[in-house]
Amino acid sequence: MSTGQLFSRTTQALFYNYKQLPIQRMLDFDFLCGRELPSVAGIINPGAEGFQKLFFGQEEIAIPVHSTVEAACAAHPTADVFINFASFRSAAASSMAALKQPTVRVVAIIAEGVPEADTKQLIAYARANNKVVIGPATVGGIQAGAFKIGDTAGTIDNIIACKLYRPGSVGFVSKSGGMSNELYNTIARVTDGIYEGIAIGGDVFPGSTLSDHVLRFNNIPQVKMMVVLGELGGRDEYSLVEALKQGKVNKPVVAWVSGTCATLFKSEVQFGHAGAKSGGEMESAQAKNQALKDAGAVVPTSYESFETAIKETFEKLVEEGKTTPVKEFTPPQIPEDLNIAIKSGKVRAPTHIISTISDDRGEEPCYAGVPMSSIVEQGYGVGDVISLLWFKRSLPRYCTHFIEICIMLCADHGPCVSGAHNSIVTARAGKDLVSSLVSGLLTIGPRFGGAIDDAARYFKDAYDRGLTPYEFVEDMKKKGIRVPGIGHRIKRGDNRDKRVELLQRFARTHFPSVKYMEYAVQVETYTLSKANNLVLNVDGAIGSLFLDLLAGSGMFTKPEIDEIVGIGYLNGLFVLARSIGLIGHTFDQKRLKQPLYRHPWEDVLYTK
Amino acid sequence: MARKKIREYDSKRLLKEHFKRFSGRDLPIKSAQVTESTDFNELAEKEPWLSSTKLVVKPDMLFGKRGKSGLVALNLDLDQVAEFVQQRLGKEVEMGGCKGPITTFIVEPFIPHDQELYLNIVSERLGCSISFSECGGIEIEENWDKVKTIFVPTGTTFTSEVRAPLVATLPLEIKGEIEEFIQVVFALFQDLDFTFLEMNPFTFVDGKPYPLDMRGELDDTAAFKNFKKWGNIEFPMPFGRVMSPTESFVHGLDEKTSASLKFTVLNPKGRIWTMVAGGGASVIYADTVGDLGYASELGNYAEYSGAPNEEEVLQYARVVIDCATSDPDGHKRALVIGGGIANFTDVAATFNGIIRALKEKESKLKAARMNLYVRRGGPNYQRGLAKMRALGEEIGIPIEVYGPEATMTGICKQAIQCISAAA
Repeated sequence: MSTGQLFSRTTQALFYNYKQLPIQRMLDFDFLCGRELPSVAGIINPGAEGFQKLFFGQEEIAIPVHSTVEAACAAHPTADVFINFASFRSAAASSMAALKQPTVRVVAIIAEGVPEADTKQLIAYARANNKVVIGPATVGGIQAGAFKIGDTAGTIDNIIACKLYRPGSVGFVSKSGGMSNELYNTIARVTDGIYEGIAIGGDVFPGSTLSDHVLRFNNIPQVKMMVVLGELGGRDEYSLVEALKQGKVNKPVVAWVSGTCATLFKSEVQFGHAGAKSGGEMESAQAKNQALKDAGAVVPTSYESFETAIKETFEKLVEEGKTTPVKEFTPPQIPEDLNIAIKSGKVRAPTHIISTISDDRGEEPCYAGVPMSSIVEQGYGVGDVISLLWFKRSLPRYCTHFIEICIMLCADHGPCVSGAHNSIVTARAGKDLVSSLVSGLLTIGPRFGGAIDDAARYFKDAYDRGLTPYEFVEDMKKKGIRVPGIGHRIKRGDNRDKRVELLQRFARTHFPSVKYMEYAVQVETYTLSKANNLVLNVDGAIGSLFLDLLAGSGMFTKPEIDEIVGIGYLNGLFVLARSIGLIGHTFDQKRLKQPLYRHPWEDVLYTK
Repeated sequence: MARKKIREYDSKRLLKEHFKRFSGRDLPIKSAQVTESTDFNELAEKEPWLSSTKLVVKPDMLFGKRGKSGLVALNLDLDQVAEFVQQRLGKEVEMGGCKGPITTFIVEPFIPHDQELYLNIVSERLGCSISFSECGGIEIEENWDKVKTIFVPTGTTFTSEVRAPLVATLPLEIKGEIEEFIQVVFALFQDLDFTFLEMNPFTFVDGKPYPLDMRGELDDTAAFKNFKKWGNIEFPMPFGRVMSPTESFVHGLDEKTSASLKFTVLNPKGRIWTMVAGGGASVIYADTVGDLGYASELGNYAEYSGAPNEEEVLQYARVVIDCATSDPDGHKRALVIGGGIANFTDVAATFNGIIRALKEKESKLKAARMNLYVRRGGPNYQRGLAKMRALGEEIGIPIEVYGPEATMTGICKQAIQCISAAA
């Protein structure tokens, strides 16, 4: 390691494993610093290609996405920093792939929990090939006013508060990523600010060490003093002690090693960071602080006086005329993200969709306010779910049972009706389930399956207007409309539809009132007097009984009932029910491996 | 997380199983584990050698110097082993300043021997160092000048030239055997993600190396690629670390979440308690209380980090508050709810859980005369701090709230002043 600056105002990075927020934070930092070139040149997202849209100030930019490290490096040969947001499982392999690319010079590994042996391989490779590894288990680092890794330094407000948008003259290195942000604040308070800050990560063997970075800072002319925050465990700080003793560092170093509290623990203790483990006396915070002090570093008596030690050291540099005044400038305003502005109550934005029947935002999804668990625990059926999602209320069990019976009765009507036929033909054309299903559903309309809806509308209108069955039927005849719900291809007055009888019996037993059905029966009595096949069919029975359900349950106002009938709820019931049959026909054809259907010539009348 | 000591029994089990995989040869290692739940009859059935050989029994508790402490019994039969175990199982012993009960023993054949050799492998930053000596055993420290050490840089092939300095001076009749042993042990050290391995001593049984005592440490972050090879591995707590029910509860929470939740009671009667966000900051808060001379009043070490959700924070905060407020004695106490300036954790969100817990525990907090000191920065910190201030007013508990404009550990000083002020 050693040598000097790792980053500049034109440094570009490749970002492994797409994460929107850290990349956006990097670009916001760029904008704040007045960079012209975004600091992320490309994104590597294994298995994906294309572009990701992100903001660069007010503008949106598209950053290329590559599926492999090699492809990304080939496409962006000037991007020499590799920021690895892979999980601890894959971080080592992807980092090694990056180190092996001639264009990559610095690899930062964010993941915590990379196996030690894997990191050691990376360290060995980086040393042999003169490359730099930052991390694992780190937030990264920052060169003020130039380049920032991922989430380093937190929010824009914080970056502005710490004046990280322009270079100061302090080089900072710590193990802890969280504490690095704290120290950026501290240093900004008592000095002219950070020049560069690196968090090396909390692992036992970080890719680069405290002393690696201190020695590097020593070679950067703009860095006038160094601040080091170490930690108990390991012997990393001793290489810094050696460097100090050998006179390799000629700028002031203010250092503190945390973990003095380890002596309070009775047994061996592992703190939050993997490397922060109380071990032998040498690895204790006390011993390291003493050694650093003896080697010439400025070491306070506690963390609480760390700030003062930094302040005094900086002031001495100023007095000695060793610092150059920082050129201040006002960073541009970063447009705030809409969701953040909304959260803080600064702006409001209209929604584009309104939904009242279900909510999936809480612990569990709710249908009309009823949580999924109680739907299951209380033994609700499909009818109850329909009542919640369609009618937004829990209907009494007899109503939901009736809905279920309707669905069962309408589920299928054999292969010859237009819907089933279409599904069969489509399935046989090799199309998928959804295509086959919808090709059948698309036939539902005024001629096929629409009769329930129409029956309900006409019966309701006639009954509500107080028309006698005679007036109703004759009125329809005058308009040239067949009475929906009346008439059957096979059934006769002396051979009624079994399904109709079942529905009527159920309703008579359970419904508080069946006035619409009675009306429909009166209509039937009149039509039967005209022709023997003009019986009340299943559509008419469902249509009229549904009116009784709505009116008799006492759970709907009159305008609600009008709306339900008006917007086609009953057609919905048919569509839902018949989907069951259409799906069945589709599977049936696929199971039977039926070939493409072709209608026979013989069955077509060719004519002019 | 990271380097974890394993029991001698597991070290030997891994050595035996994988030695065979690497070399095709069996090591004559036999060992059995005895705990509270061991049925000696069943064990004897499973390991028939227990009934046919003289035995050695010793605690398997991650501490050394067992021979010097009279905790090793030699040349026993199985009944005598059972008696030895029965007399000591669950009994507290003190080793190196740590007190704890003995819960686990290892039983092995008694092997009379005159040769005691030493082998040690340690993973270091740039490679591994391997130490070997013909003069091992409890006198190893005294014979340290006879220990030969080589350093194998990461990525180097472990050739006979590399090994040569360790074995060059050995008598020919054992040189080959030992060289192969070291080679295979080093191979499995690397393959199984050991970070430390020591046999002191090992000897020869029927011409084959046999570890009499063995210590091992594994890198538990490598568990995801080793769980098959490691088998049913246990990572015991360091000796002397006995968890109280509250500590176990938090430990259980910690194991269930991707976040990190740590809680250790240092002094149940302490009057300064901490609940700090962040692995680095939490240590510094504990340090500072100690460095300012109030170590004896520090109740606990507590860390939460890695963005725990509100519910996790709530459960965690309840435990901390319960311990901090137990046995009110009329004197003031302080709870330090601290943290650095977060990089990306939503401060308001994590504070929600703490605030809910504080509300729940209002009467306990008052009874313990608790004073709250809050300091935190990071995303959304203004809202989090405002909620904390509002809470203080709402439940009428003294609370001081600071953001990034204040120093991180300033509230430690305040907490100390609070508890030292005249009641």
